[in-house]
Amino acid sequence: MKVTEKDVAYVADLANLELTEQERAGMLRDLNSILDYVDRLNELDTSDVPPMAQVSDRYGVDESKQGSARFAYASREDIVEGLRKSLPHAEALANAPDADEDFFRVPKVIER
Amino acid sequence: MELTSLTIDAARAAVQERKTTAFALAEAHYARIQQEDGQIGAFLTLSKDRALEQADRIDRMAAEGKPLPPLGGVPVGIKDVMSTRGLRTTAGSKILENYVPPYDCTAVARMEAAGAVVLGKMNCDEFAMGSSNENSAYRPVRNPRDLNRVPGGSSGGSAAAVAADMAVVTLGSDTGGSIRQPASFCGVVGLMPTYGRVSRYGLIAFASSLDHIGPLAKSVKDAAIVLRTIAGRDPMDSTSAEVPVPDYVAELDKPVRGMKLGVAKEYFGEGLDDVVRQAVESAIDKMRTLGCEIVPVSLPHTPYAIPTYYLIATAEASANLARYDGVRYSHRARGVKTLSEMYRRSRDEGFGAEVKRRIMLGTYALSAGYYDAYYLKAQKVRTLLTRDFDEAFRKVDAIVTPTSPTAAFRLGEKSNDPLAMYLADIYTVTADLAGIPGISIPCGETKEKLPIGLQILGKHFDEATILRLAYAYEQASKSHSAASS
Repeated sequence: MKVTEKDVAYVADLANLELTEQERAGMLRDLNSILDYVDRLNELDTSDVPPMAQVSDRYGVDESKQGSARFAYASREDIVEGLRKSLPHAEALANAPDADEDFFRVPKVIER
Repeated sequence: MELTSLTIDAARAAVQERKTTAFALAEAHYARIQQEDGQIGAFLTLSKDRALEQADRIDRMAAEGKPLPPLGGVPVGIKDVMSTRGLRTTAGSKILENYVPPYDCTAVARMEAAGAVVLGKMNCDEFAMGSSNENSAYRPVRNPRDLNRVPGGSSGGSAAAVAADMAVVTLGSDTGGSIRQPASFCGVVGLMPTYGRVSRYGLIAFASSLDHIGPLAKSVKDAAIVLRTIAGRDPMDSTSAEVPVPDYVAELDKPVRGMKLGVAKEYFGEGLDDVVRQAVESAIDKMRTLGCEIVPVSLPHTPYAIPTYYLIATAEASANLARYDGVRYSHRARGVKTLSEMYRRSRDEGFGAEVKRRIMLGTYALSAGYYDAYYLKAQKVRTLLTRDFDEAFRKVDAIVTPTSPTAAFRLGEKSNDPLAMYLADIYTVTADLAGIPGISIPCGETKEKLPIGLQILGKHFDEATILRLAYAYEQASKSHSAASS
């Protein structure tokens, strides 16, 4: 058993999930079974292998440049309403479970 | 003329030549949906007003004798992970049950600009996480060929709707096989383009380094037409690549003689159903008779693809799904007193079991003390898997494999065993990890008349080659079945 009940509670906390007791028991079983399977990656020696985070750095980049300058095509001017107009407040708030005319409303954060 | 069995070109031509109208095409598809979808469950939301308004616009163009755009009047469906302005978009999840996006996904906007008529939003596994469509928070989708079987996932609604003539083409998304595997299970064509080929602006994110948008279609040519429509750089998505888009349709009937096709033994090992093996092997024989040279290649790290995928995809998902907090949109639990309680209870109530499982696995793999052992390790193996393809593509133009180890399985067959379900993606996840394009085309049936899929994988940004090979195979099997019937 790699993952313990304590781990499940800790990870649920990090993920902002509460989980019922039954769900926690299920997680304990499933995470252990999946991680056992995942363990086969340790059969491979990867000490000299660089990690790969994305595919995008292989195509369309300017090979003559260094670092983020290689992605010149992906950058743009940092200007207000450059590519698209900002949403009007009413539209931006339309999907909010709770809002007034200008703001999203949430339960009180600061105790006093 | 049977209005619900047309290809894109036939439908567009019929509207252009005033043999029918876009309005009649849309109505015929809605009638078909009315008749069939009660038992299949492919649609989550219908967008009749939007569809008929667009149909009307196309019909006026045709009446004025203006040339119609490439998808003029063609009824399509959009997987419900793509945002549609003013049209509910749920991602198959209760947490977005009432979400109405304020903007359109670029791929959808390009389809509509090309004249497509959006009939509605397609059912899918919640947040595109699943291989059977049983993880939809609304209802499972059933396979039109056999209602006791799954259509595959996660683009199950998109595949089933095309198979059941409820749409001419649909858009799906593929993160680990979610276009190709359901295409295979439902007997349609499914194309996952290269990573960066199609903008994901407006696609509800699952795993950002793996998510792709692509078509599910009745023919290879239809898939090529849709790709030509949606491909290309979009300034709204910084991962969309600055690589020219060829005319995929014009390239289709270029000869395939002399092309080199790789066959990797790792894709024909344990777990592959015998009937699927036979169908794929005879498809490979057919490619040989078309003049292709069959070349053995090795992709030695293949057995490590599923564990690599499930670490990377879940890690990215755990970050992407953190945004569902019940503040700006998405479900909010009632009667909560503190902000933290609001986050937790809203997410607890809004997410389904598989989504929670993946958020937990991904959070664990990224957490202090486990990051190197799991997430970083997976990223390194991802490099090895990609190098396998680089090596193979030095020798061959494309690689042919089965799409899925089995034909469609029964509802409930794997739903209690997450690991067994993950293995349904064993032949598809590697292409997502490497970012290369892949297509699934029908290549036969089992005794029970369940479709089998042939997968063709290509080099980065070389969709033209896999489409051309798929087209040659499709045409050859068509003339074969015409000759034998």
